[in-house]
Amino acid sequence: MKKTVLLGALTAAAFAAGAASAATLDDVKARGKLNCGINTGLVGFASPDANGRWEGFDVAVCRAVAGAVLGDQEAVDFVNLTGKTRFTALASGEIDLLSRNTTWTFSRDVDLKFEFVGVNYYDGQGFIVPKELGVSSAKDLDGATVCIQTGTTTELNLADFFRANNMSYEPVPIETAAEARQQYLAGACDTYTTDASGLAAQRAAFETPDDHVILPEIISKEPLGPLVRHGDPEWGDIARWTLNALVAAEELGITSANIDELLNGTESPEINRLLGTEGNLGEMLGLEADWAVNAIKAGGNYGEIFARYLGESTPVGLARGLNAQWQDGGLLYAPPFR
Amino acid sequence: MTTLTDPPKGTFRLSMLINDSRYRSMTIQIVALIGFLTLIGWLTSNAAQNLSELGRGFSFGFLGEPAGYDINQRLLDYNNQDSHLRAALLGVLNTLLIAFLGCIAATIVGVFVGVLRLSHNWIVARLMTIYVEVFRNVPVLLWIVFAMAILIETLPSPRDFRGETPEASMALGESVAITNRGFYVPEPLFSRSLGDVHLFGNHPLRFDVSLDLVVILAVLIAGILTARLIGRRADRIQAASGDRPHTLWYQIGVIAVPMVLILTILGFFLGYPELKGFNFKGGTYLRNSLIALWLALSLYTAAFIAEIVRAGILAISKGQTEAAAALGLRQRRIMSLVILPQALRVIIPPLISQYLNLTKNSSLAIAVGYMDITGTLMGITLNQTGRELETILIGMAIYLAISLTISSVMNIYNNSVKLKER
Repeated sequence: MKKTVLLGALTAAAFAAGAASAATLDDVKARGKLNCGINTGLVGFASPDANGRWEGFDVAVCRAVAGAVLGDQEAVDFVNLTGKTRFTALASGEIDLLSRNTTWTFSRDVDLKFEFVGVNYYDGQGFIVPKELGVSSAKDLDGATVCIQTGTTTELNLADFFRANNMSYEPVPIETAAEARQQYLAGACDTYTTDASGLAAQRAAFETPDDHVILPEIISKEPLGPLVRHGDPEWGDIARWTLNALVAAEELGITSANIDELLNGTESPEINRLLGTEGNLGEMLGLEADWAVNAIKAGGNYGEIFARYLGESTPVGLARGLNAQWQDGGLLYAPPFR
Repeated sequence: MTTLTDPPKGTFRLSMLINDSRYRSMTIQIVALIGFLTLIGWLTSNAAQNLSELGRGFSFGFLGEPAGYDINQRLLDYNNQDSHLRAALLGVLNTLLIAFLGCIAATIVGVFVGVLRLSHNWIVARLMTIYVEVFRNVPVLLWIVFAMAILIETLPSPRDFRGETPEASMALGESVAITNRGFYVPEPLFSRSLGDVHLFGNHPLRFDVSLDLVVILAVLIAGILTARLIGRRADRIQAASGDRPHTLWYQIGVIAVPMVLILTILGFFLGYPELKGFNFKGGTYLRNSLIALWLALSLYTAAFIAEIVRAGILAISKGQTEAAAALGLRQRRIMSLVILPQALRVIIPPLISQYLNLTKNSSLAIAVGYMDITGTLMGITLNQTGRELETILIGMAIYLAISLTISSVMNIYNNSVKLKER
């Protein structure tokens, strides 16, 4: 009996770990598809449109990387992952890139052996409550029942926040955003907590969004970003610089509208280097010269992607805030392309 | 005349390992064993190699680190600074709790339904058939989620109890609050409590024993034993004289009087739940996740148990019933004295596997956010530490241990009811 148990566990482990190999770039090129892990459904970040095509802020990163590597933004196989399954999927090699509003933390980067390639959204954990509750601050939540998505950093932040403020609470662990919504709207929990962007996205999907407020306190830093497996620096570089290219494109004024025009050559050497009309940046990454062009063409530059999925004209309605370019008082700062 | 020749005492040849039926089975078994061990060795080394390539050792050190997360249903004291080991222990206790409650409820419902399905009353028998078919033919996960959805969507939330003209009010004389977060029922309290005994100091496996509970249990057990002595004495008198003395009131007395006495000495009273702030405070809080899981698991398993009970009863030949009836026994006594004792022999073995099923199915608890061992150790701890292999191995070992324990206890019981051949 014991042997059977051991065998099962080891089979799982062996298969799980067996697929991890070093040259992800070669694998992706040979496959002709990028396997990208995304959320199971969060308006603005990853949700299917009317035709069943996945769209969103996190999805755009997948498409940009597919554009850079394969020259085709549609060459992506999306794998929907919950907060609990995402890391196993990445570690086992089931996916090449995880772009699923995942917080960059020390232990995930170092202990779990992943490599965060940057931050595509600077977020923080907040609380949403029904207006009728009359709560105006998270400090008033002593004794509240809190719905929380299990297997996330928010779980630990929540415990820390209530402990630091000497308050008690009743956690209700939830698997998916949809369950959280059901419990929260039925009043089975007083408040729901997750990243503030996620709360805004969820509220956008409520029937009466105006009856709910997001409390002003942001109780944590949540830099969300895409990540890859540890141990393949070349693949990590590709993902990192694709993300940087999107940010730099906004800073340099390259948009999906004017990119074809700019390809004819410009006065700015950095734009030329980024677009591959000058220098050999693509070759250094092991990609075509027009890698960044394809990445930007996939969904536009960072600003365009933000405006399309999260911006103030969308139901999610988020301001740029910390996610503005550094000249505008934000934290987006792409290293130079040279 | 010719004599029978001795069998040839030929020398051992290698081909005999295959061709000689004396050795063949041995050969096959040894080859299979070697193959099996090679497979295990290959899997182990492959896993070890892959883990080391990923730069991840195999270690259980994470169990001592602070868990950092909270658990809502705690049978022992716990806070988020306790270790992962203690979080796992709390999970194990929650698993045991749901398994214990579930097995009892499933048995009671199952036996009732099984017996009633054989009823001569057409409507009762058909209703029970519908119950059995509906419950055992829908996956248990759906029943769990369904039960939870009903609790959440149909019951009032605590804020409905507030205000001048509340939409909801407490049941049973203002003592029980039924909300979509769970049921708040009065809790037993003692004004002259004996306190708790703390065991194991600050170790992750520490626990408290309530002295009140120990005393009450001791009194209860002593009462029951005395009541049985009274019953035995009545048996002896009946065997000797044919008259059975009245025992019922004495038996109730020896259990109830000391119990009332000890409760009075301890200063027993009930603590009622009260709406304070966001939630009800005071009273015992039965979370909706526990109730949904308990209901769904026990009703689902009860459908199978009902069929087992029905099969057991039908296995006893009709002649037995008729013979008992001919002796003048009434229907209920025929069932309890003649049929069920014999049917138990058929019922117990499949019943054990239903108990095991229920216990293992309780790992679906995560669907409603019930923090059992799958939710704590193999859920949040796995996620926060990233130790998949280690946590899953521990989790499997725990389920294995629980299942083997249930099975051995039930086997002891089975041995006591099975037909004794002399």
